[in-house]
Amino acid sequence: MLSHRLRSLVVVCLLVFGATAIAQAQTLERVKSRGRLVCGVNNALPGFGYIESDGSWSGFDVDFCRAIAAAVLGDPEAVEFVPLSAAQRQPAIQTGEVDVLIRNTTWTLSRDTEWTADFAPTTFYDGQGFMVRKDLGVAELEDLAGASICVTRGTTTELNLADTMRARGIPFTAVVFEEVDTVYNAYEQGRCDAVTSDTSQLASRRAVMANPDDHVILDVTISKEPLGPATRHGDNQWHDIVTWVVFATFFAEEYGITQANVGSFESGNPEVNRFLGKEGGLGAMLGLDDDWAVRVIQAVGNYAEIFERNLSPLGIPRGLNRQWTDGGLLFAYPFR
Amino acid sequence: MQTSPQGALPPSTRPRLAPASLGRWLKENLFNTWYNSLLTLVSLWFVWVAISSTARWAFATARWEVIPANLTPLLIGTYPRGQVWRIWTALLTVAFLAGATAGTAGGRGKRVAAWVAPLALASLLFPLRWPTRVMLGAAVALVAGGYWLFRGKRRLWPWLAGAWFFSFPWILFLMWGIEGSGAMPRVETSAWGGLALTLILAMVGIAASLPIGILLALGRRSSLPVISWCSTALIELVRGTPLVTILFMAHLMVPIFLPELRIDKVVRAMIGLTIFTSAYMAENVRGGLQGVPKGQYEAAMALGMSGPLTMLLVILPQALRAVIPSIVGQFISLFKDTSLVAIIGLLDLLGIARSVIANPRWLGLQAEVFLFAGLIYWLFSFTLSQSSRRIERALGLTKPS
Repeated sequence: MLSHRLRSLVVVCLLVFGATAIAQAQTLERVKSRGRLVCGVNNALPGFGYIESDGSWSGFDVDFCRAIAAAVLGDPEAVEFVPLSAAQRQPAIQTGEVDVLIRNTTWTLSRDTEWTADFAPTTFYDGQGFMVRKDLGVAELEDLAGASICVTRGTTTELNLADTMRARGIPFTAVVFEEVDTVYNAYEQGRCDAVTSDTSQLASRRAVMANPDDHVILDVTISKEPLGPATRHGDNQWHDIVTWVVFATFFAEEYGITQANVGSFESGNPEVNRFLGKEGGLGAMLGLDDDWAVRVIQAVGNYAEIFERNLSPLGIPRGLNRQWTDGGLLFAYPFR
Repeated sequence: MQTSPQGALPPSTRPRLAPASLGRWLKENLFNTWYNSLLTLVSLWFVWVAISSTARWAFATARWEVIPANLTPLLIGTYPRGQVWRIWTALLTVAFLAGATAGTAGGRGKRVAAWVAPLALASLLFPLRWPTRVMLGAAVALVAGGYWLFRGKRRLWPWLAGAWFFSFPWILFLMWGIEGSGAMPRVETSAWGGLALTLILAMVGIAASLPIGILLALGRRSSLPVISWCSTALIELVRGTPLVTILFMAHLMVPIFLPELRIDKVVRAMIGLTIFTSAYMAENVRGGLQGVPKGQYEAAMALGMSGPLTMLLVILPQALRAVIPSIVGQFISLFKDTSLVAIIGLLDLLGIARSVIANPRWLGLQAEVFLFAGLIYWLFSFTLSQSSRRIERALGLTKPS
């Protein structure tokens, strides 16, 4: 009796582990058989992920989820959005609860290794910036000499500020607050000349100020926050797909391919024709069909269109997120 | 409130005071000494400042259009728009059962009307779309119809209790749907949200925590040491842990420890809430059990009743009856505690409120949206506490006021 039970227990364990091993290997197959992509997102970050009045998801990160769904499943709406808190990101990616994590996650060494995550190309280069009153006429960091700067206590933001200013020899007074809301209230009430935080946060906070046009975000970045999609370690095929979907949006902007003209785009450039699936068979190498990139652009547009739709209304400047040809960091690798 | 000995006299023998004029009453109560006058004036000034600035904000500054514009996500989250009829069906089921319950419980028609009429009026006054109004009207009609059909039919009460019991799986089935079906496709719980999710979490928590709590309370008093120790350990462990911790454990630890077992996010939250509330429920019930005199046990034993029968028919009814107020209090706090699931990424009423104000079009309208969410929480909690008072009165636990 006991040995019988033991044997069935062993069988169950083997089955479970076997199933896990299979599940870990083929995200692409899982997504296809499920018929939808499970995408981990932020549900309350202005411009990046939020819920529209009609109950649909919207935002910059959300559009990249849709782009992947369009490439893999042919339907940008075939996405199950899973809202995640910051603490939930790691288990969600580690256990495969989500197929891809696109939730303003900074690519760092420890996350790349200990989170067992693989990062796809950065979709948004964020970084710590400064907002000042327009009438101060400040253009660069050196102009802030002697200024008082509002900052949140105990964050890397505070450390970055002190380090950078000391390194550049710029004297300043830090006005420190515990709460993020207090920081911006104090700045708006004129208790400090400037406020520092991640540029995207500065922009979204500026949008809700009484007179947004009185404030300007400096084109200065003092820390690196590369935000991008992450997949689980060990599924290289799936990671390749996510990587090249991101590159496809960069590529389309570089070559002037837009949501409107992608269907009828004609070019003598063989690389563009490979991108459009007219030659080369690149899709098959990814495990997709040849139209995958066309569907991505049809669904969400090129990078510039995604940016302008979601982030430009918040007044977030392109900054580092320009094409490499314009002095930015967006650099699509060859479609060959 | 006066607590003079006169209050104890029957009304007819109370000394009749001369009908005081307003001026006289003010002089006697608010301006009888110089410091009381000063206090009155200062308080009046505070009240005026608070009311006038609130009113100025509410009527001039506040941009209330954010509420009607986002009403659908606030109420049902990201549930597919084509499938909303399923939520309506669930709501209509509840409306009918509520009406029927009011009927069998002998609620007066006036009182039912007092609850339903403002709802009907509000649905006409607020800028809702016509299909919504029609469905709300149907809900009102079902409450009235259920009341009228079941009016005074007390003996149907067991059937109704059964209907309530089966309405839980029925509503969950409606929300979830059938995998691969055309008319009722599966809607994953990640799309559940808004007030609907809050109510489902609270409903499941209430329905599951009461029986589990009773079992734990009985277990704690059990004479079998293993059962008693286990129950006590569980109760004390859970009561010594904040709800947030339990929810985080359910969300973060379960997938790490049991990677083979994919438990749904919403189900994990339900389990966490149920475990937490059960422990408190057990202590409430234990309080009731301790209040039952020993003579009741002895009398039941003398009649030859077995242990379980004594518990079921003699002890528990008395114990539960005595602790109805604290049980309902526990339900109310569970209802409000469901808002904590917002921090583990569920889009309940509070979570969806945060998502709505992250929309660039509505940035900076936290006050309006959170005030609306708070009002909804208050509305439901108030209804619960009112019905608790009604039950207490019906059971003769308190004197009618």
